[in-house]
Amino acid sequence: MGAFFVIRRTLAAALMLGAAVGVWPGSASAQVCGDADGSGNVTLTDGVRALRAAAGLSDGCETAICDIDGSGSIGVSDGVRVLRAAAGLEELACPGLAPDPLSGGTTTVFDTTVNAFAQPAANQPFAERPDFFTGNALFNRNWVTAPSSTVGSDGLGPIFNAASCSACHFKDGRGRPPVPPEDTFESLLVRLSVPGDDPIEGTVAEPNYGRQLGHRAILGVAAEGRPRLDYDERSGTYGDGTPYSLRAPRLTIDGLAYGPLAAETLFSVRVAQQMIGLGLIAALDESTLVAREDPADADGDGISGRANRVWDLRLGAPVIGRFGWKANAPTIEQQGSGAFVGDIGITSPLFLDQDCTLVEAACRNAPNGGTPEVDQLKIDLVTFYVTLLAVPARRAIDDPVARRGEGLFAGAGCTGCHVSTLVTGELPGFPAVSHQTIHPYTDVLLHDMGPDLADGRPDFLATGSEWRTPPLWGLGLVPTVNDHLFLLHDGRARGFAEAILWHGGEATAAREAFRTMSADDRTALVRFLATL
Amino acid sequence: MVRKHVMVLAGVALLAAGCGGGNDNLTFGTPDPTRTPTETPTPAATSTPTTVTAAAVVANYADILYANYNAAIAGAETLHDAVDAFVDAPSQATLDAAKAAWIASRPAYQQSEFARFYNGPIDDPETGPEGLINAWPLDENYIDYVDGAPTSGIINDPASFPVIDEETLVAANESGGEANIATGYHAIEFLLWGQDQSTTGPGNRPFTDYVTDGSGTAANQERRGEYLQAVAHLLIENLEEVADQWAPGNPNNYRAAFLALDTDEALGRILTGLGTLSAGELGGERLSVAFETRDQEDEHSCFSDTTRDDLANDGVGIQNAYLGRYGAIDGPGVDELVRQADPTLDATLQAQLAASVAALQAIPQPLDQALQGADDSPGRVAIQTAITDLFTQADSIASAAEALGVSTGTPE
Repeated sequence: MGAFFVIRRTLAAALMLGAAVGVWPGSASAQVCGDADGSGNVTLTDGVRALRAAAGLSDGCETAICDIDGSGSIGVSDGVRVLRAAAGLEELACPGLAPDPLSGGTTTVFDTTVNAFAQPAANQPFAERPDFFTGNALFNRNWVTAPSSTVGSDGLGPIFNAASCSACHFKDGRGRPPVPPEDTFESLLVRLSVPGDDPIEGTVAEPNYGRQLGHRAILGVAAEGRPRLDYDERSGTYGDGTPYSLRAPRLTIDGLAYGPLAAETLFSVRVAQQMIGLGLIAALDESTLVAREDPADADGDGISGRANRVWDLRLGAPVIGRFGWKANAPTIEQQGSGAFVGDIGITSPLFLDQDCTLVEAACRNAPNGGTPEVDQLKIDLVTFYVTLLAVPARRAIDDPVARRGEGLFAGAGCTGCHVSTLVTGELPGFPAVSHQTIHPYTDVLLHDMGPDLADGRPDFLATGSEWRTPPLWGLGLVPTVNDHLFLLHDGRARGFAEAILWHGGEATAAREAFRTMSADDRTALVRFLATL
Repeated sequence: MVRKHVMVLAGVALLAAGCGGGNDNLTFGTPDPTRTPTETPTPAATSTPTTVTAAAVVANYADILYANYNAAIAGAETLHDAVDAFVDAPSQATLDAAKAAWIASRPAYQQSEFARFYNGPIDDPETGPEGLINAWPLDENYIDYVDGAPTSGIINDPASFPVIDEETLVAANESGGEANIATGYHAIEFLLWGQDQSTTGPGNRPFTDYVTDGSGTAANQERRGEYLQAVAHLLIENLEEVADQWAPGNPNNYRAAFLALDTDEALGRILTGLGTLSAGELGGERLSVAFETRDQEDEHSCFSDTTRDDLANDGVGIQNAYLGRYGAIDGPGVDELVRQADPTLDATLQAQLAASVAALQAIPQPLDQALQGADDSPGRVAIQTAITDLFTQADSIASAAEALGVSTGTPE
């Protein structure tokens, strides 16, 4: 592992775009869907102009900019949608306009290979490359049992899930559940807790096993247990009568080594997420996220959405959560340090204690690799690396089917949570990711996804059925990078369509819109997602 | 133990095609002449340099890589023999001979590392044995005792591991995911040298760790010998797996598929390997990390203090691959294609490749000591120079890909 090679943006861009479009998309002159007067924003004026165009008046709006539904002309319904967009009720995507390929602004990279998620931000200064490489190396490093000659990389476990970051985030990519005949968890894990609130940790640890099931351990220490997933198929039918089947996971834990689990134990199976664009998410202003909150659904669109508030260990105060499946981590440093100790068993300045419980004597008595086992210098390097891992550019921007699919995606209401465009603020020390116009397809807020997706395990403000809207950028390259497309928090969905069909709760209307689309429309929508 | 691998008939000496030049003074890793490949380069290589085709370059790449892996196998076989001799009759002399065989076995393998980084036979995520062959860091106390843990490791745990053989080791290597690196060159190195507790020299494991007549040091001497023999044998098998994938005459192996690829794709993989090894692996993972963290043992081959040679041989491998040569083979290389497209770029890149090899060779041994000191100390200046050279070279490799109109990376 450790594959890494900076691909020149110019070369890759040329290969990607070829002779496709004359003008560099995403340039300052890019047209905004619905922006009839070219002001750069969609306003009420634009809505009025779109309606004028629908009435056949000449000074209304260019077809490409106001034909929201892609019908070939501007209708009254298009004008209404522009008005709704002006009121902040809808996002627009015009099939007639070339989408912006620069999903991560000027950080965007043009690698479509197996290394697509492993590239530094395109605008990262050359002089900073060594730090990026060093962080990459630490990310890929296999930690070993202490004591060892390699004092800088020992301290694995005693109980752990993986020996390196990249074991789960392979090629900085996405984990998945075991595929039979595999049965071992390689890039996913099981969170544990018992009911209760903890203002610092967000959850209350299970007394015998802590907050995470460690399914591996160093020699001489027993692993906590062997998690296994089985599935029940659930059949369903699209609106056009086409049948589909979803697989519902069932978790079993065999070989519990430290006594029974508390009767009220809560479980959550989580796959490792792809690492791209995290610095851009970190650079979003809190005000940007808060502005999209609607906890009481005041606008009546069926979508509430609220930010998680979590404990920032550095600040010693609650802040907005951004990272993890339930947005339970405030910063890249804290998320990464939490993964070091929770997943690998490596203590750090933020987390000085192992997750060994009172009954895990061998765990508590095992030699450690220093106090802490990874020092602040290395945490800073890993954080630097992760912050600058770039988002790959959107592909196939001229594919008319994908463009139509984006319109359908917006029209179905998906963009109510999977917000296409945000602007980052200032992330101190990281000018590369600051002040970027990005297309993450997330609002970074918590939404109730209904009982079928619920894990029943609250975390800070997130309820047992709430999840953070995951970014969709780069998902189309997961098959290239990680050779699978298992989606959702536990990897139950076998592709985009199943992932959508699992949506419930606040997303029920959007899911139903998809479920009742024609087969052609469903194909177009999925094709759009694959270009991200 | 009798090995079963098939010896390849000696091939025909190959004609040069104007590749390389100016670098004949290299002393690294002469391949075993009995294991040169049977396939000659395509005739295009022997005509005039200006008619070199991409297909000829790709075929020659497969040839040199096959020869390179065969040289690594030959070195591993010699090592295995020396290990057997040592375990059969432990003494300082037989231990020293085994150490010498280990050191001699390293250049050929290191020179082959340019073939990583595109999910080829060596590093295919599912089947590639790179993790069994050369993984680092080593989970040394998963193998044997270390300072502060006198009874640790598989060797000292007969209850959990009653039998030590290759199957045990392969299973143990996987038992912690990527956690437990219990095999490969560095496991053998650890078993021969022991931990490097010295600030001035390598590890110093006594040969008596293997003496079984009751006068030996440490415990479980016989099991330690079994471990060493098993891991040495496993190394040969794993190298053979890789070499077989590059062997000519097999319609079903990776080589056949590689030669059947669109040449742009194949060249893309070749250049991806060269660029990634230059920048990400050597300049980044191996050198920048050690440079920034100053971890004294944050280096490959720390037990034997031969890390600098590992690095330099990686550099030589990149140069070999670019120039299309290995040992007796000097066929059509990437250099000739680049020269046809952009002679200045080829000249620049050739100079940079030579410079980075020289810079790597100029790092004082041992690397763990060169890392210490002020940033203007000779050791750290030398390391910084090498890092810069490797990054610069990687940029030129990207330019070469651009000049050839190929995309670096594994195709979708």
